[in-house]
Amino acid sequence: MNVQRSTLIFAWILLLPAVLYVTVIVAYPLLDTFILSFTDASLKKTTNWVGWVNYEKIFNTTFAEVIIRTFVWTFFSVAIKMIIGVFGACMLNAAVPGRALFRVLTMPPWIVPMAIGIFMWGWMYNGQFGMISGVLQNWGIIDGPIAFLAHGSTAFWATIITDVWIGVPMVTLYMLAAMQAVPQDLYEAAWTDGAGRFYRFRRITLPLLIPSMITMSMLSLISTFNSFDIIWILTQGGPNGETTTMIIDTYRTAIGSKKYGEGAARAVLICIFLSIFCVAYFRVTSRLSAGESNR
Amino acid sequence: MSTQPAMINRYRWYEVISIYAGIFLFLTFILAPFVEGFLVSLKPLGLLFSSPYKFWPENGSFAAYRTMWVSVPGFARYIFNSFFISIIVTGIVLILVIPASYAFARFQFRGSGLLLGAFLAVNMFSGAVLLIPLFRLMRSFGVLNTYFAMMVPGVAFLIPTAIWLLRTYMMRIPRELDEAAFVDGASHFYTLRRVILPIAMPGITVVAITTFIGSYAQQFIFALTFNSKTEYMPLPVGLFAYFGRQEVIWNELMAASFVGITPAIIVIFFLQRYLVSGLTAGAVKQ
Repeated sequence: MNVQRSTLIFAWILLLPAVLYVTVIVAYPLLDTFILSFTDASLKKTTNWVGWVNYEKIFNTTFAEVIIRTFVWTFFSVAIKMIIGVFGACMLNAAVPGRALFRVLTMPPWIVPMAIGIFMWGWMYNGQFGMISGVLQNWGIIDGPIAFLAHGSTAFWATIITDVWIGVPMVTLYMLAAMQAVPQDLYEAAWTDGAGRFYRFRRITLPLLIPSMITMSMLSLISTFNSFDIIWILTQGGPNGETTTMIIDTYRTAIGSKKYGEGAARAVLICIFLSIFCVAYFRVTSRLSAGESNR
Repeated sequence: MSTQPAMINRYRWYEVISIYAGIFLFLTFILAPFVEGFLVSLKPLGLLFSSPYKFWPENGSFAAYRTMWVSVPGFARYIFNSFFISIIVTGIVLILVIPASYAFARFQFRGSGLLLGAFLAVNMFSGAVLLIPLFRLMRSFGVLNTYFAMMVPGVAFLIPTAIWLLRTYMMRIPRELDEAAFVDGASHFYTLRRVILPIAMPGITVVAITTFIGSYAQQFIFALTFNSKTEYMPLPVGLFAYFGRQEVIWNELMAASFVGITPAIIVIFFLQRYLVSGLTAGAVKQ
């Protein structure tokens, strides 16, 4: 009995520093956001309790539009990331010479500081001098220069593509690892029975990959929903707010206009969405692993 | 690999061609910005702003790689700041995470599962959501516009992944080792330090590398919000120095970007095996 108690104490001593740290830097700010969202906190000295006013204000502005935009933006970004990532993983999984090198070449967008990759995209999107507009003109696909970041609809897609670019290496390498975890003897058995390559892919690889695909797209959903740097550096939410997502709007209200209370109310809404994703993620992954062990 | 029939992996010629075409397409998307960025860094500023668009730099030179140090004299300092911040952050994360992972890997007690879940939930919130209270917190600590303001919040958001990776690694270390040490009369602390730590070193290396990369890549928002002193700026924010009042010195910006990412590229080539295992450990079914 005594031994067990000392073990328990030891476990808590080991955990305490990390728990305390996260409590002060994450849990307390989370609580503080919640409280702030009911006040009119700003740069002025006094702070008053205002009840639901900040939340009412949110829905009187264009924030509903911002929420919808955030979801559309996130949906397309995650979907394209998954498609390109799975495609890339299939290609890199093929046993052709040079694939070790190709795998290394996949990593840079993930490993390089985000801001640097985004600057490069910013230049590529430039209408007069950038590569995309330039090459398309040289090939005669478009007539005049297109400044991709200057128009709402193109800027919307431009920010998505850059987000996809930063997220694809992670998806690719993750899906590649999942593919390589598929037992080799399954392929050999199917091969012996005369199954073709495409048939093997459709009937063995794909079904075994679906749990990993679901896990990855949910992880990707959460990080994409939180995406800040890309839009902020490329467009700052412009033009005309056409790329303003919830995070960007929150940042602008809270840090730009110093309306801490109103910003906090927006942040609380984001937290609510994130918690829903988080619960869904844990539900899905635990169900997946339960299905795994039943097999 | 060698025992399996080689026939299964033999491709017909058109399959090989379409695989390479697919890889080419995929890598074009991944690497295009770097190619474009590199070409831009070679072009003289005058040529850069000329129509029609030319892909290859005519009379290109490495001049921008020299002049970038003159236009923004603080650039070396920004690289140093980035490294300094990332190294300290990695150190703090390791100090906090190694004992915690060991506790999660070895001891089952009431609430341990819930606590682990709570740690992982931290991953869901990026720093951007909690920026307002973090700003107030940093202000009340009196650390705004210091290195600490950029280190302290960063650590918290790197802890969850690090715990998850290291816990998975430590769970693979046989329990008998702990028990043997314990029977020999070693204390818990001695067991952790002398038995577990040396064996867990490869796992710790993976965690250190992924944490360092994460910290190096994610300094932007905290640096943007919590620091306004030029001398403490890390690389991602420091690059804005090339944005002049009138126009952006693009060729030097790109040259500076390449100088800034060289360390990361070197890391990829030497440590890519660790990186992949760090990324996928624990995530893919074990």
